[in-house]
Amino acid sequence: MAVDDKEIFEELCRLLTPFNTDSIELKPETDISADLNIDSVSVMDFVMEVEDKYDIDIPLNVLSETRTMNDLIEVVRGRISGA
Amino acid sequence: MDLLAKYAHFVERHKRMIELGVHDVGVSVDEILSPTRAMIKGRETILAGTNNYMGITFEKECIEAGKRALDTAGTGTTGSRMANGNYAMHQELEAELAAFLGREHVMVFTTGYQANLGMISGLAGAKDTVYLDADSHASIYDACSVSGAQLVRFRHNDPDNLAKRLARANDEGEGGRLVVLEGIYSMFGDRAPLKEFIDVKREYGYTLLLDEAHSFGVLGDNGRGLADEVGLEDEVDFVVGTFSKSIGSIGGFGAGNHPMFDLLRFAARAYMFTASSSPATIATSSEALRQLAARPELRDRLRHNSARLHQGFKDLGLRLCCDVVSPVVAVFVDDEPSAVTMWNALLNEGVYVNLALPPGTPNSTCLLRCSVSAAHTDDDIDKIIAMFANVVATSGERAAE
Repeated sequence: MAVDDKEIFEELCRLLTPFNTDSIELKPETDISADLNIDSVSVMDFVMEVEDKYDIDIPLNVLSETRTMNDLIEVVRGRISGA
Repeated sequence: MDLLAKYAHFVERHKRMIELGVHDVGVSVDEILSPTRAMIKGRETILAGTNNYMGITFEKECIEAGKRALDTAGTGTTGSRMANGNYAMHQELEAELAAFLGREHVMVFTTGYQANLGMISGLAGAKDTVYLDADSHASIYDACSVSGAQLVRFRHNDPDNLAKRLARANDEGEGGRLVVLEGIYSMFGDRAPLKEFIDVKREYGYTLLLDEAHSFGVLGDNGRGLADEVGLEDEVDFVVGTFSKSIGSIGGFGAGNHPMFDLLRFAARAYMFTASSSPATIATSSEALRQLAARPELRDRLRHNSARLHQGFKDLGLRLCCDVVSPVVAVFVDDEPSAVTMWNALLNEGVYVNLALPPGTPNSTCLLRCSVSAAHTDDDIDKIIAMFANVVATSGERAAE
């Protein structure tokens, strides 16, 4: 089943809400850690929510190269399709 | 480009902390008087945040052993175990630890941090996957990065979440799978549910490394840690521990029964490329280990003190991080300014505890963390409870009824 990027983006926004304590507007190019002022552990906690939602693993090695919402959408899409 | 510019966003937080009375770079212990007393800010203070679980740092026999080693073997080894720093006493300590732990092989590291760094990065390589508990200590995270392995983080103390991840990966790659757990988690004081994790191990198969940093010397009838307490030592493939807590010195170890264990000495860079422990450190560690083996009453005393503090805090209605009695007794506080203010007020009352803040804590929580010692008296514990009653319980940090 193909999941389009817009759907993933919206889902990521929803999952990110509890961590985005300053309620900063989320865009595809938003840098998750730097722009939202979220510490490294909270970013990992957010990604764990994403993993559980999509039933995928996102290894920390991959996460270290994932900065923006767009980057994460790409990772999620790739992992869902088993790439 | 100023290399420190990336820390600019910490400046405000740092300034705020100092304004609230936290020392610039950490509390200065002006004079250490005993395992449970120090002079801080010009007054005698009860120490309740030192991880000195056995209260063994001023033990006469340990001090004498250290002095003898200084006299006979000098101040330092000036070299690594692989070069000139492998003294007979290092090997004797490894043999004594092997006997204490009931393990075939032990290697001693210069610090506990290096023990995790060396063991985990020695065991796991680029083709392997390390599964680590979300609340793992920083040394475990760092070790995983150094290893080059794939790193998969599972929910804290959640064997089902680990099982799900192992199941997903079952058909992937040819590498090995290492799961890292801790006996007692340092911040909340909770234990890993070892039996349930071992049920998962039996179903999916993995190598288990258990970091007993806070539980070695503390838990179990023999003081060997959590696996000893729950009777599952045979299921644990590798054990890591530290000398800077129950042993009251500095250093760490890795242990196991694998026939190729000693090859890790050549694979663990944190073992190979650092100077070995000083003779005095090895001598005090050896003597402390003998004390732990010979004096199980220290563990009884620690259990008694832990239960007394736990119950005292519970009676005050404080929100505890862990329901089970543990030598780590941590209390939730609503936010950072309250935590800093209370921590400072506790210090002014005369007790030192740990101020634990995100990102060093699980789930972005703010904590006042106590660690109990066998050397605390009932009166010490009661004084700590009374100070928390004055400072924390009166500030509305009570459990929601």
